[in-house]
Amino acid sequence: MTARTKLDSLESLLSTREVIIACGPGGVGKTTTAAAVAAVAAANVGGNVLVVTVDPAKRLADALGIKGIGNKVKKVPKSVFTDAGVEPRGTLSAAMLDTKESWDALIDQHAPDEETKAKILANPLYQNITGRFIQSHDYIAMERLYDLHASGKWDLIVVDTPPTRNALDFLDAPERMADFFSSRLLRWLITPSRSSLVGLATRPFTQIADRILGTQFLADITEFFLSLESMYGGFVERANAVQQLLGDERTSFLIVSTSETVPLREAEFFAEELAKRNLDIGAVVMNKVLPTSLSNPAVNDLAQEFIDQREVISDHLSHLLKTDGARLRRVLTIISESFDDFAVVARREALSRDRFSRGDAALIPIPFFDHDIHDMAGLLELGHSMMGRKN
Amino acid sequence: MGVTPLTDRALLFVTGKGGVGKTTIAAGLARLLANQGKKVLACEIDAKGDLAAAFEVSDVGFQPVQAAGVWLMNMDTEASLREYLRINLKIPIVGRISPVAKAFDFVATAAPGVKEILTIGKLCYEVREQHYDTIVVDSSASGHIVGLLAAPQAIQSLVKVGLIRSQTDWMSEILSDPAQSGLVVVTTPEEMPVSETLDLAKRVADETTVDLASVIVNRVLPERFTPTDEELFLQLSSEKNIAVMNKIVDGDIQEVLGAAQLATTLRRNGTQHLETLRHGLSSSTPILLVPYLFSRTDGLRTTSQVAEHLAEELE
Repeated sequence: MTARTKLDSLESLLSTREVIIACGPGGVGKTTTAAAVAAVAAANVGGNVLVVTVDPAKRLADALGIKGIGNKVKKVPKSVFTDAGVEPRGTLSAAMLDTKESWDALIDQHAPDEETKAKILANPLYQNITGRFIQSHDYIAMERLYDLHASGKWDLIVVDTPPTRNALDFLDAPERMADFFSSRLLRWLITPSRSSLVGLATRPFTQIADRILGTQFLADITEFFLSLESMYGGFVERANAVQQLLGDERTSFLIVSTSETVPLREAEFFAEELAKRNLDIGAVVMNKVLPTSLSNPAVNDLAQEFIDQREVISDHLSHLLKTDGARLRRVLTIISESFDDFAVVARREALSRDRFSRGDAALIPIPFFDHDIHDMAGLLELGHSMMGRKN
Repeated sequence: MGVTPLTDRALLFVTGKGGVGKTTIAAGLARLLANQGKKVLACEIDAKGDLAAAFEVSDVGFQPVQAAGVWLMNMDTEASLREYLRINLKIPIVGRISPVAKAFDFVATAAPGVKEILTIGKLCYEVREQHYDTIVVDSSASGHIVGLLAAPQAIQSLVKVGLIRSQTDWMSEILSDPAQSGLVVVTTPEEMPVSETLDLAKRVADETTVDLASVIVNRVLPERFTPTDEELFLQLSSEKNIAVMNKIVDGDIQEVLGAAQLATTLRRNGTQHLETLRHGLSSSTPILLVPYLFSRTDGLRTTSQVAEHLAEELE
């Protein structure tokens, strides 16, 4: 177990870590948060920063000033920063995670010879596994991260994790992949077919499997894993190395969530699981936080006073605004009702945030932005707000 | 020939980008159908427990339990496989760690589409056996729904013979019939969810045979101000007028006005995104709106409110 220094601000996190993994439930602004963190690190902390995203969102590519993000690393032009009024201390690059391309590269790297490589790439199962197999997406994300980190080119890598059905999938993916390839079951499935297909057919499992799936399908599966067999060693070794990197003291997780019930429940579960695995939660980023004034008792008293005094206000202002008192009073009533509506939500969400158990990780609230972010200035505004400083 | 209304279909898949309230809408839809006197099964695919929470029950498993007039179950592909083997091959598999089940779990993990077909298979089986009037499926998020709905075709292209192959034919029939099955995509009036919904609508049309029955827009902010009211509100927010009000209430009234400004801005942005959605979808796809609920908690009360709003929209 490594003793870690607790960091109280995002800035110190950005200047001491080499890998930051943004994770959390879907739809909470994870990709944008990861990009903002990377942008602000490049602008204010310095060094060569890379953001790896899984989201091919065009808007993000536009915000970074690059024409589409591909599997290849692309450097964000310095002018994108200077146009936003910032002289960056470091550099920012971006890459997207393309599952299929990354798998192909992996096979290319680990295949012992051209023949095996061609055989794997041609197997009908391969396309399906790389395209649809959910864990394969998670595994490849972590694999790619390891590769980029090992290249030594980057001072800081910020990773946006894939949206998973189960938030834990990508954490366990390397280990599961290693288990998978070294499992006795896989050996058991493959070994008899090498000696004799008849031997395979006599096993009770295969008899049932044969009736359900058909012999051809089983043969396809077996052949696929047979051709992958030469690469098992490499896979297992890499999976273990990735696992090591995740638990390394240079790696921190950034949990991103909103204060709504469902995402927060998922984020909390995630925090517990990270803690269980002794992985470091650098901070919890809470997106879309409603203005604190809404849950402030003094401001709520003021809202009450406002509605109590609506006659007086309308008397004072109706002639100035050239309107009749009834209309003005209606508008004042609507203002008051809007306040009450949002105050209910703000109080509920504030309570949920207070109850959110996150160990000793810092909670970074991000105010509700009423506009979508589509340029570097927007990303930096978000990043600075996370650092708790003004532009 | 009219399109079969949403509420008359036997199998409804509900999906949507993370964070749009997919489960809340699925729960509300199930509740609405139950209110109409139907026997409803609501099934959660991801088994995170969110659907159970929407009905305020815990420990929902593969065997349906009743809560607030709706039958609830969690999909469990291993249990689905065991049920399938028991019914079709008369193979009783007892206990979780039976080697056969374990081996199958392994194949299911390795071979794509197997878990999906076990999910689809169980749902279609319930439709075929008519155990329920309607099944509402709180499905995978939009990234995975196409893989789920296209599972029969995927299996058909991979598996050339065998029992599973012949089984996929009747599943395809149920899924392809717009009088029986349909997909409901949940979104919010925001940029990313709307653009993802339009992408998904296209993919569903291109890669699956399932009919897009409806798009439900969740968290639509109510229009409070008429245009002239809004004009008046803007004038009211001027520095001079705020100063007058500050004096009357003895405080900074801007903090109170802020809520109405937020509501107005969000409402205006939302209206634009709704327009994009309307233009992007086929005109025959019904769009239902569910308002933003300013509620204190989530749970059964929210579920009932959503059911009421959906009922109004469907009238």
